[in-house]
Amino acid sequence: MAWFRRSEVVIAGILMLAMILIGLINPAFWGLDNLFSLLRSNVIIGIMALGVLLVMISGGIDVSFPAFAVAAMYLTVKAMIALGMDGVALPMAMATLMGMAFGCVNAVFVHNFRMIPLIVTLGTSGMVRGFLLGVVGTSMININAMPQSLLEFAKTDIISLSKPDGTTYGLTAMVLVYGGLALLMHLVLRYTMIGRSVYAYGGDAEAARRAGFNPAKTVFFVYAVAGALAGFAGLLHSGMIWLANPRDFVGLELDVIAAVVLGGASIFGGRGSVLGTMLGVFMLVMVKNSLIIMKVDTTWQRVAVGIIIIIATALTAWRDRRRQA
Amino acid sequence: MSDIFLDLRNIRKEFSGVVALDNLSLTIRTGEIHCLAGENGSGKSTVIKVISGVYQPDGGEIYLNGKPCQKLTPISAIAQGVQVIYQDFSLFGNLTVAENLAMNVHLGNRRHLMNWRETRAIAEEAVKRLGVDLDLDAEVASLPTAGKQLVAIARALMSDARLIIMDEPTTALTRKEVETLFRIVRDIQARGIAILFVSHKMREMLEISERLTVVRNGRKVAEGPISEFDEPTITRHMTGTDIRHQPYVWTPPAGTVPAPRLEMRNVSLPGVLQDLSLSIRPGEIVGLSGLLGSGRTEAALTLFGMKPGYGGEILVDGKPVRLRSVHDAIEAGIAYVPEDRLSEGLFLPQSINRNMLATCYERLAPRWVINRRKAEELTGGMFRAMQIAARSGEQAVNQLSGGNQQRVVIGRWLLTDARILILNGPTVGVDVGSKAEIHHKIRDLAVQHGLAVLMISDDVPELVQNCNRIVLMHRGRFVEEVESATTSEDRIGETLKTFT
Repeated sequence: MAWFRRSEVVIAGILMLAMILIGLINPAFWGLDNLFSLLRSNVIIGIMALGVLLVMISGGIDVSFPAFAVAAMYLTVKAMIALGMDGVALPMAMATLMGMAFGCVNAVFVHNFRMIPLIVTLGTSGMVRGFLLGVVGTSMININAMPQSLLEFAKTDIISLSKPDGTTYGLTAMVLVYGGLALLMHLVLRYTMIGRSVYAYGGDAEAARRAGFNPAKTVFFVYAVAGALAGFAGLLHSGMIWLANPRDFVGLELDVIAAVVLGGASIFGGRGSVLGTMLGVFMLVMVKNSLIIMKVDTTWQRVAVGIIIIIATALTAWRDRRRQA
Repeated sequence: MSDIFLDLRNIRKEFSGVVALDNLSLTIRTGEIHCLAGENGSGKSTVIKVISGVYQPDGGEIYLNGKPCQKLTPISAIAQGVQVIYQDFSLFGNLTVAENLAMNVHLGNRRHLMNWRETRAIAEEAVKRLGVDLDLDAEVASLPTAGKQLVAIARALMSDARLIIMDEPTTALTRKEVETLFRIVRDIQARGIAILFVSHKMREMLEISERLTVVRNGRKVAEGPISEFDEPTITRHMTGTDIRHQPYVWTPPAGTVPAPRLEMRNVSLPGVLQDLSLSIRPGEIVGLSGLLGSGRTEAALTLFGMKPGYGGEILVDGKPVRLRSVHDAIEAGIAYVPEDRLSEGLFLPQSINRNMLATCYERLAPRWVINRRKAEELTGGMFRAMQIAARSGEQAVNQLSGGNQQRVVIGRWLLTDARILILNGPTVGVDVGSKAEIHHKIRDLAVQHGLAVLMISDDVPELVQNCNRIVLMHRGRFVEEVESATTSEDRIGETLKTFT
C-alpha cells in the first residue's frame, strides 16, 4: 500500500517524465544508438556509485574514490607494460586489490582515529593523486601502448546492429559487469548480516555497538569495498576509453555523489538502495548527456550537477525529517 | 541464597584517578523490581555499565546466578540474561520494527545471512510475548516515544532476559504512558524477571519498586524494602542534606496592592486558546498545569511573541503591548525558558559567557562592535549571582550539570532586564539537589527583583511548593485557579485526572 511512497518509485517516475520530456525536445533520444551509448556511460559512474552508496548508508562520505581509481588504473597499466603482462582477470584483480588497500587506509583513520570521513578521504585523495603524479609519472598511455587484452575485453558487445548508412553500433557487455556487481551489492546489503550492519551502523553507531555488531568490521568492510569498486572501475574505464590518463577522473566525485543522493540515499546515513542508486546514476548521466547534445559547455554542466546535488539532498533531508515526525 | 540473581560485592571503579564507585554493593533478587536511586553524577550509570559488562571494575566481585564472573563483557552479560534499556532506547530508527526486534537474536546466533521470513517470525513472537500491538513494518523512527520504548522492551524480552535494567524510562513519557509502562513492568516481573529501575523521580520509585538502593558519590548510602522509605528520607539519602520544602507565600507590600506586572485579557488563539485572562503581580509566582496538549505551552509561546496571530490584549506594567515577535517580547521585558533547554535554549558547545550574552548583544554593541569590558562585567556579575558551579565563565555549557545549565539560561534572561519570567518545565531532568537550588533561586528572583513568574510544570508538588497561585488549564481554557495555601497536591492531582 505504501509502495508509491518508496523513494525508488518516485525516482523512477521522475525519470520517466524526464525521458518523455527530453524525447519530445529531441526525438533522437529514443534512438537505440543513443540509449546504448547512455547505458555505456552508466557503467563506470554506476560501479563507483555502488561503493559510494555503501559508504553513505554507513553514515560516511567518500571523496577519495576517483583518486584511488586513477591510481589503481595507472599503476596496473604501468605494471602490465613493464612486465609484458596480458590477460584480463589478473590485472582486474590487481586494480581491485589496490583500491581495496587504499580503502583500508581510509578505514584506519575513520575507525581507529575516529576522524570525520570527509576530512580523511579529502586527505587520502590528495596524497594518492600527488604520489601518483610525483613518483609514478605524468605521461598518458595511449591506445598504441595500452595492453591489448584490456581493450579487446572492453570492446565486447552483447548486441551489435548496423545503421542504414553502414556504420555499426552496439551495447557494450560492460553493462553486464555493472549489472552483476549491482545485483551482488543488493544481495549483500539485503540478505547478509554484514550488509544489515552497514544500515545499523549508519542508523545509530552507538546502538550498533551495544547490539553486538563489530564496528571495526563494518567500517573496514565499507571503505575496503568502496575502494575495491573504485579500483576495478578505474581499470575498466581505461580499457573502455583506450587511454590511461593519470589525471583522469578529476571532479568525478561530484557526479557520483550527486547520482547516489539523487537515488534517495540519505547523507545522514542509514538509508539508500541499490535500485535507487542505479536510477540516480541513469538520471544523472542522462541529464549530462542531454546537456552535451544541447551543446552546453562543460563548465555549465558542473553548475547543473551542483544544482542537482543541492535539490536532491534537500528533498531527501525533507523526506527524512518528515519520517521522524 | 539461590533467589539472588545479581550480587555486586565491594565494586570499585576509577577513571584516571577519580573514584566513580567506591566499595559499592548491590543485590538484586530474582523477579523483583528494584530501584536504583541517585542524583546525576552519583555513579548510577557507572553501575549500569558494570552490570552490563561495558566497564570492567577495578576491584570487587560480580556474582550472577550465584556464580562469580571473572570478566564480564557486553556479550557475556547478555548471554547471562542481563538486558539494558537505555534512555535513548538504542534502536535503529532507519530500520523496521521487525528488524529491530530480531536483530539481537540474529547476532546472538552469530548469523551471517539475513533471513527475512525468520526475522518476521521472531518479531511476531516478541510482540506476542509482550502482549502489545505494534506495526512490524513501520519504521522505528516514525513511532512515538512510548512506541519506541515498547520495541526496546520487547527486544529485551526476546533474549531470555533474567534482569532488565531500565535507565530513566519515564523521562519522556506522559502520565498515561507511565501507567501503561508500569503495568507492563509488573507483567514482566510476574514471569520471574527482575527489573532494575534507575531513576531520580521520587513518586515513581515509591510507586513501582519493591526494594531500593540509594547511591551517592559512588557509595551505597541506603538499601531496603520500599516500605522503609518515604520521599524526605530518599531525598536525604540522595543529597546528603535535608531539603526542607516551605511553600512560597506572597504578601503584597504593606498597605498597597501593586499593579499587575503582567495582565492577559481574553487572549485567544484560533483553535488552541480561548479567552485566557490572568494577571500576575510583581513578586508573584503563578503555576500553570494541565495535560499535554491542553495549550499551556502555546499560552507561553503567545506571551513570548511566537504566536503573532493571537487575539485579545496583553499588558505589561499596565501598558498594552503587541507581541508579534520574540523581539517584541524581549523589548517588553518578557523572558522565556523553554521546556527543552538543551535544544531550544542553549548553544551547548559554547561558553557560559557567550550563552549568557546571547540575547543582549544588541545592547552591548551600539555601533556594531561589542563592548568587551562591559560584557565581562555583566557575565562576571551574573556568574556570581547565579552561583554557577564551573571553573570559569569560559567553560563550555555542555560540561555543566542540568541544574547549572538551567541557571545559565535564567541568568541570560536576567541580563535582558526581564520583568516577567516564563518557565516551562524548569526542572525536567534535573536531580533533587539542583532542583531545590533552582527553586530557591526562582523565589529569590521573584522577591528581590519583583519579577512576575509564570511556572509551567507537570510536577504538581513542584507547583504547590513554589507558587502562590496555581492555574489549571484544559482544552485551551483556564478552568480553575487556586491559592496554593488552600489546596494540596492530591486535590490538584485529582482535578487533573478528570481532564481527559
